Amino acid sequence: MPKVVLSSGSASLAFTGGVTEFEVEATSFRRLILELDKRFPGLGTQVEESMAVAIDGEIFQDAYSAELRPGSEIVLIPKIGGG
Amino acid sequence: MSKSHVTTTINGEAAEFLCETQQTLLDVLRDVVGLTGAKEGCASGDCGACSVLIDGTLVCSCLVLGVEAEGKSITTIEGIAQGDHLHPIQQKFLEHAALQCGFCTPGLIVATKALLDENPNPTETEARYWLAGNLCRCTGYDKVIRAVMDAAAVMRGETV
Amino acid sequence: MNYISSDLKVVGTRPIRPDGVDKVTGRAIFAADTRASGMLWGKILRSPHAHARIVSIDTSKAEALKGVYAVVTSKDFPEIASEEAFVGEGPMNFRDLSDNIMARGKALYEGHAIAAVAATTAAIADEALALIDVTYEVLPHVIDVDEAMQPGAPVLHADMFTAGVNPKPATPSNIAKVVTFKKGDIDAGFAEADVIFEDSYTTKPVHQAYIEPHACLATYAPDGQVTIHASSQGHFMIRAYTAKLLGIDMAQIRVNPAEIGGGFGGKTLIYLEPVAVALSRKSGKSVKMQMTREEVFRGSGPTSGASVTVKLGAKKDGTIVAAQQVLKFQAGAYAGSPIGPGCMCGFAMYDIPNIDVLGYDVVSNRPKVAAYRAPGAPISSFAVECAVDDLARKLGIDPLVIREKNAAVNGTKTHYGPTHSNIGFTQVLEATRAHPHWKAPLKEGHGRGLAVGFWFNIGGESSATVHINEDGTVMVATGSPDIGGSRASMGMMAAEVLGIPVSKVKAIVADTASIGFTFLTGGSRVTFATGMAVTQATEKVVDQLKARAAATWDIPVDAVEWKDGKAYPAGTNAGAFEPLDLAAIALKQGRTGGPINAEVSVNAQGAGAGFGAHICDVAVDKETGKVDIIRYTAIQDVGKAIHPSYVEGQIQGGAAQGIGWALSEEYIYNAKGQMDNPGFLDYRCPVASDLPMIEAVLVEVPNPRHPFGARGVGEVPIVPPMAAISNAIKGAIGLRMPDLPMSPPKIRAAVDAAG
Repeated sequence: MPKVVLSSGSASLAFTGGVTEFEVEATSFRRLILELDKRFPGLGTQVEESMAVAIDGEIFQDAYSAELRPGSEIVLIPKIGGG
Repeated sequence: MSKSHVTTTINGEAAEFLCETQQTLLDVLRDVVGLTGAKEGCASGDCGACSVLIDGTLVCSCLVLGVEAEGKSITTIEGIAQGDHLHPIQQKFLEHAALQCGFCTPGLIVATKALLDENPNPTETEARYWLAGNLCRCTGYDKVIRAVMDAAAVMRGETV
Repeated sequence: MNYISSDLKVVGTRPIRPDGVDKVTGRAIFAADTRASGMLWGKILRSPHAHARIVSIDTSKAEALKGVYAVVTSKDFPEIASEEAFVGEGPMNFRDLSDNIMARGKALYEGHAIAAVAATTAAIADEALALIDVTYEVLPHVIDVDEAMQPGAPVLHADMFTAGVNPKPATPSNIAKVVTFKKGDIDAGFAEADVIFEDSYTTKPVHQAYIEPHACLATYAPDGQVTIHASSQGHFMIRAYTAKLLGIDMAQIRVNPAEIGGGFGGKTLIYLEPVAVALSRKSGKSVKMQMTREEVFRGSGPTSGASVTVKLGAKKDGTIVAAQQVLKFQAGAYAGSPIGPGCMCGFAMYDIPNIDVLGYDVVSNRPKVAAYRAPGAPISSFAVECAVDDLARKLGIDPLVIREKNAAVNGTKTHYGPTHSNIGFTQVLEATRAHPHWKAPLKEGHGRGLAVGFWFNIGGESSATVHINEDGTVMVATGSPDIGGSRASMGMMAAEVLGIPVSKVKAIVADTASIGFTFLTGGSRVTFATGMAVTQATEKVVDQLKARAAATWDIPVDAVEWKDGKAYPAGTNAGAFEPLDLAAIALKQGRTGGPINAEVSVNAQGAGAGFGAHICDVAVDKETGKVDIIRYTAIQDVGKAIHPSYVEGQIQGGAAQGIGWALSEEYIYNAKGQMDNPGFLDYRCPVASDLPMIEAVLVEVPNPRHPFGARGVGEVPIVPPMAAISNAIKGAIGLRMPDLPMSPPKIRAAVDAAG
């Protein structure tokens, strides 16, 4: 199952109660968001709206259509702007 | 307070305008005469974006009053090209990509004309010091100086 | 489709940019050059106090002044609930943004907008400002980031409870949030190190210092239609923020992108437009607003000043085994410094097994931070690259060798999550080693410094339209304001795909009513994301051109190929037809099926990260403290240079800004928290005589996610200069300058202290 990793100190920890790593049943990013909201209410929305993700190493600012493999690692990171 | 009536020459053509005593030449050019090529970057004579020539001398038009134009000959960026024939300085700025946002470009081109009118064969150092009064934030000046040196060579007839 | 291995005819050349003649003749229209009949001049009254409660505002005398048509305060803007949204170049709280453009209750920095007037002349508007009576209750202020974090410091927001801390604090403070990023086991890492180095660094707030002050022209028509001409990095952002802050539907607002005189991130926020619209609504006339240079310094968005500590542990052979960093960034009056990227970028170019980074986002009584070229990274890398340099000295290892030894490569997992792939850092280091500057003999008394840098670059939403005119020439329209020459690149990519000369293609920037949504110009994204949209739209046009040729010849469309601007039958079996060129097909497009065009919108992912290495030689005058840059080389992986001149220009410009940040630029505050140097005389940006030629070396490791392999280039070059110069100064006089700027008084003090 895909594994979700949060960096410690991230604001998302407030949703997970301190848990930094967990598995989620999902084959698409869209499903992942729904599962995150189910497990930790509000986390999915937080991820969708104000975070970027790195899926198997690649950064997505918007991962809406990204596909997840069974062993995918999803790291939640702050969205990146620029100047 | 009534306005002053000023008779002057702008880019080789007779011109006249009305202005308040306290209006700068920059404001007059932009808001009264309608020549918006000279820009306001600082209004304190520190950035050179408002550069014009008065009787051939390079000045910051934000430090000159509109009434001081009386009887003088003003050259702005709009007067550098001859019709649709670009001046070599303008042509070289384009070829060397010596502009990015283009905001400081009119001031730089007018200042360069003043430089080359006075010193047709400047060294790189002389060009840099002459243009030290024209701030550019985009280019780091590298391509600007190359364009200036190349334009100088064209104007000396050494190249095209 | 991917053209990375193709034989390119246009991409990679250096044509003259389409907007060039307008810019060298003074014809180009920037926002301050726009006019409307009967327009008024708008001006803003700004707080003289760094921190004050606004007890009352009496605008009656100003309203009564002849020539004044409207006065607005925060009462004229709807109250907005605290709401986080990512609309723009960072997390944006609209309540904070609304408060920033017109203070509601408290002035949080000197320069904070308190009220605004619109009058028939600028002089009358200024007079009116002086007639507005504001009663302030001056409060203690705090600006320095370390001071703002102290218990007992004046607190700016009574509802700010540090996020990212468990349990949530019981009392408010100025620490908006804490972030951490970890990899491996930092304590174990330091335990196995042979050598440890640590130091502390500080930076001051600096301004993007675009030569064009913010300006706009706004018209609120009687039917509620709003038209804005603005110089901005994002006209869609202006539309969205104006709509939000005034409670207007976006469809009622049309924003025209005037040419923009520099942005560098500082024009990705909004300051004037909602105020101008509010004044226009109240007065019934168009309102023109432009900031003075003083206002730009006092009232827009300089970047963070910061306090950073770095601790590194390495083996004797130079392998870095542990890296720790603590960063404290000023956010300005509201939360939102680039602390996240600051934490992520410092070690991103290294492969280090144990990393621990801690970051603080801290508010204080200075303007709200706006983005500035690779936000967060220059500050972070200043500290890290100085520390790596001193670590190398401690180990007796060459500074380039220590980077080569610890360089991130494809497959290196970063401490913030992603794994590097398709990066060109190794190639950048190879180019550095091979460059003549690295081997050039150094004059007596001169010093040489090396530093490296990284930026993620972003993609995002872009729309592009490609139209074929009846004569076979081509229009390319995008929604990306052109701040560096991107119009030229857009035209070139379309010309390449069509196989026609770039002189036949005209690229423009369309307004918000005329093109699909496009995210703002920033994050080094335009050539990547908008270029992708342009390329895809052009490919769709090519499909249509082939279909028209197929119809004309009455053959299947897959029997047609497109090459060098013409349709050909594909092989002899297709038929012996003469090729049809673009002009011929264009002439008949009406009859063969209708106008030929395509619009593509993308949300581009897969932006390629950028890496750079800078080499700098300096001479230091120990008597005056002046540092002269003798030679400067900036080497960067650009993926693919679409228009090499403008890529070089980005690198040279970014390096120059970094040099100013390193040696002379800073906000100087007096005891009252007021800026002492809000002008170009005393806020010292590099001038032409300060700099040598800056050699830009383009390394091209293609990004496979872009049709031509392009990576963003604009932000990386501002990341290495400060450390490169501090390292060079160390080489020249043997002293580390850990505090920016490394201005003459500081160098003199360091020389004197060293005896």
